[in-house]
Amino acid sequence: MSERKDGPSRRKVLKGAAAGLVTAGVAPTILTSSAFGQEYRNKPTGDTVTLGFNVPQTGPYADEGADELRAYELAVEHLNGEGDGGMLNTMQPSNLKGNGILGKKVAYVTGDTQTKSDAARASAKRMIEKDGALMITGGSSSGVAVAVQSLCQEMGTIFMAGLTHSNDTTGKDKRRYGFRHFFNAYMSGAALGPVLADEYGTERRAYHLTADYNWGWTQEESMKNATEALGWQTAEAVKTPVGAGDFSQYITPVLNSGADVLILNHYGRDMVNSLTQAVQFGLRDKQVNGKDFQIVVPLFSRLMAQGAGDNIKGILGSTNWNWKLQDEGSQAFVKSFGAKYGAPPSMAAHTCYVQALLYADACERAGTFYPVEVIKALEGHKFDGMGNGPTEYRAEDHQCFKDVLVVRGNDNPTSQFDLLNVVQQVPRSQVEYDASIFGGDLGPYEV
Amino acid sequence: MNSIFSMSRKDVITFLIFSAVVLLMPIWLQPFGAAYPDLMQKFAIFGILAIGFNILFGLTGYLSFGHAAFLGAGSYAAVWTFKLFSMNPIPALIFAVIIAGLFALAIGYVSLRRSGIYFSILTLAFAQMSYNLAYSVLTPVTYGETGLQLALDDPRIADAAFGGGSDVALPVSNLFGMVNMNGIPGFYFCAIFLIIGFFITQRIFASPFGMMLRAIKSNQNRMSYTGFNTRPYTLTAFVISGMYAGLAGGLMAVTDPLAGAERMQWTASGEIVLMTILGGVGTLIGPVVGAWLIKYFENIFSSFNENVLHNLFAFLPEGIEKFVVEVTSMFVGEGWHLTLGLVFVLVVTFLPGGMMEGYRRIVDMFQKKDDGDGKASTKSDAATAPAE
Repeated sequence: MSERKDGPSRRKVLKGAAAGLVTAGVAPTILTSSAFGQEYRNKPTGDTVTLGFNVPQTGPYADEGADELRAYELAVEHLNGEGDGGMLNTMQPSNLKGNGILGKKVAYVTGDTQTKSDAARASAKRMIEKDGALMITGGSSSGVAVAVQSLCQEMGTIFMAGLTHSNDTTGKDKRRYGFRHFFNAYMSGAALGPVLADEYGTERRAYHLTADYNWGWTQEESMKNATEALGWQTAEAVKTPVGAGDFSQYITPVLNSGADVLILNHYGRDMVNSLTQAVQFGLRDKQVNGKDFQIVVPLFSRLMAQGAGDNIKGILGSTNWNWKLQDEGSQAFVKSFGAKYGAPPSMAAHTCYVQALLYADACERAGTFYPVEVIKALEGHKFDGMGNGPTEYRAEDHQCFKDVLVVRGNDNPTSQFDLLNVVQQVPRSQVEYDASIFGGDLGPYEV
Repeated sequence: MNSIFSMSRKDVITFLIFSAVVLLMPIWLQPFGAAYPDLMQKFAIFGILAIGFNILFGLTGYLSFGHAAFLGAGSYAAVWTFKLFSMNPIPALIFAVIIAGLFALAIGYVSLRRSGIYFSILTLAFAQMSYNLAYSVLTPVTYGETGLQLALDDPRIADAAFGGGSDVALPVSNLFGMVNMNGIPGFYFCAIFLIIGFFITQRIFASPFGMMLRAIKSNQNRMSYTGFNTRPYTLTAFVISGMYAGLAGGLMAVTDPLAGAERMQWTASGEIVLMTILGGVGTLIGPVVGAWLIKYFENIFSSFNENVLHNLFAFLPEGIEKFVVEVTSMFVGEGWHLTLGLVFVLVVTFLPGGMMEGYRRIVDMFQKKDDGDGKASTKSDAATAPAE
């Protein structure tokens, strides 16, 4: 090593480094004092309020995510008084005036959950820590919803879940800061049960194929409970990896199991693939135990039906909402969504749109953005005119209770969107349950 | 070499500058919009991962395509320590490093019997096996797709014994009940490990052991003919590098107590390779720079939506603005992979030595040296590593 005369001396370097270290040590206290000196995280100080839309833009649920984002953009428009106002006009009771939330214009940031817990939490953190999002909403997977919800509890940021159907989201993993408008697996089972008994009788043997994660497990459990209560038997329940693509190795054993009903606890592209393959294997043309073989898809959505094409004809399932509902709220929403995007909204879009409006309304009723007050405004809130009839956000578990739709794949669709027919609107009383059966604990208001 | 702390002057300066840059992140990242805790934690954590990977790939030339497996193993180990023992990050990290080390020992023992592409494929196969195990077979341990998370009724024996923790809220990882590991303190916690890790790497680069690894890279056959058994050296490098990955995985769990199988997927392994190549293989600082760049792209570019672009280009006339937004929107948001791919292609084509080669060329431009020196500095990465 040759000594350089013009370079900095060792003494200078050390001194500089020491000064740097001191600054670095002081800096965080400056940063944190400005960040936490406030009453609560991300309190809006300007004339806008920022919401964070965390939806899957890539991965197996990307179709749902794209539709969710469309719904959120529409909701922001309506909240800010642009467009035709959509459900703002039908919501009962409503405190929304179309001038933003509490007089502040609604702005938004977006994130990609990639339907991965890690990525979803990272993008939620980014929106909260960097972009100053006051509320996080969206998502199309229960695994992600549970992960983001517990993050939001730690952060003290309200999470309005998007499409998540697992019992755990408002069951064993419920959180004080998490709210779900969507229905859940238990409700699907309770709603489908009687219809299945009517259609297929009480002496059946069911074979389950189940997506191997949080949602699939609770969906399978709920369907087992509901069907076994009817007198059905469960031949076998097989877990399949998410995003498997090829389900043939799981479908072949169904033929030899003596089962006469196949219950597909799958969602998104998994359901499209497994259903298509089950039909290709000729399951629906078979006779087992002297009865026609049947397939049931407990959680049905129009986007999935679109993907599965002709294979969904005549298949029973349940859904949170359908664009063909004739009530005022649904009509208003379908009209403004269709006018903007040229296609009717999916149920994922509906639940996200409603969640955004409900949050805004709760802020208005609370008169503040302070999360604790907003949570209290949402808990036990009863409302109507949002497409599902009279609905209640139950205070004990932050789950919305409302009617559930049992639908059947349309045999004679009149358009590419006319894929599901509503068989029955199962009343709320039939799908309601005691909040304590799934355990879990909401946790504290103040974090 | 009388003591491990005797460093060349150049090393000391590199080390000090590196430490300052890392510790001052909350200030100099501000203009880039990246000075928020979560991303800075990621910068520190993936920096550790990349320098650890560089010990193997940069020094011995063995390209492991399965490093994410060690990252995942470290994460699972740390979260289980949180669940069963204590929310203190120290035992969790120790356990994470040990588990990842053992994992690396087992995988390395088998994989290092081959070299070149066969080694890469073997490690890839093992990583993919670990991923599938974590994803479906070992669901009772890893909770599969849902991911391993803390629960209120976890035993946490040490915390329970000392009466810590509350009954209502999920605990956060904390240092002896004093400093919570999320936010800025979490970043400094990770940053300290990054600096320690960097220091150790510096020592390895400058040591006879590091020289041996470089010799293996340049010609393994010759090493064998001169009577050296190279396997123990490569295995040691592999295990050290796996332990770095385990540490990074543990830190990920410390800052965010959750472990998912997707951390082990082959795309995650590929990302580590990208980081190292983008920054500069075999250089000390390069991999860290590469890691920061990729994480920056992933978190900032992916968050740009059309709204942001419209604001950004609002100064342009209406028609042009629309066109510009349309074109750029392909490269941001969900298209950030495209941007990253382009950058990667450009770097590999024009700067085969990564970002560090770019830096060196700029420096060379300003201080013209005589020919002999200049040639030496572009010829081999190892020769110009700051550790020399």
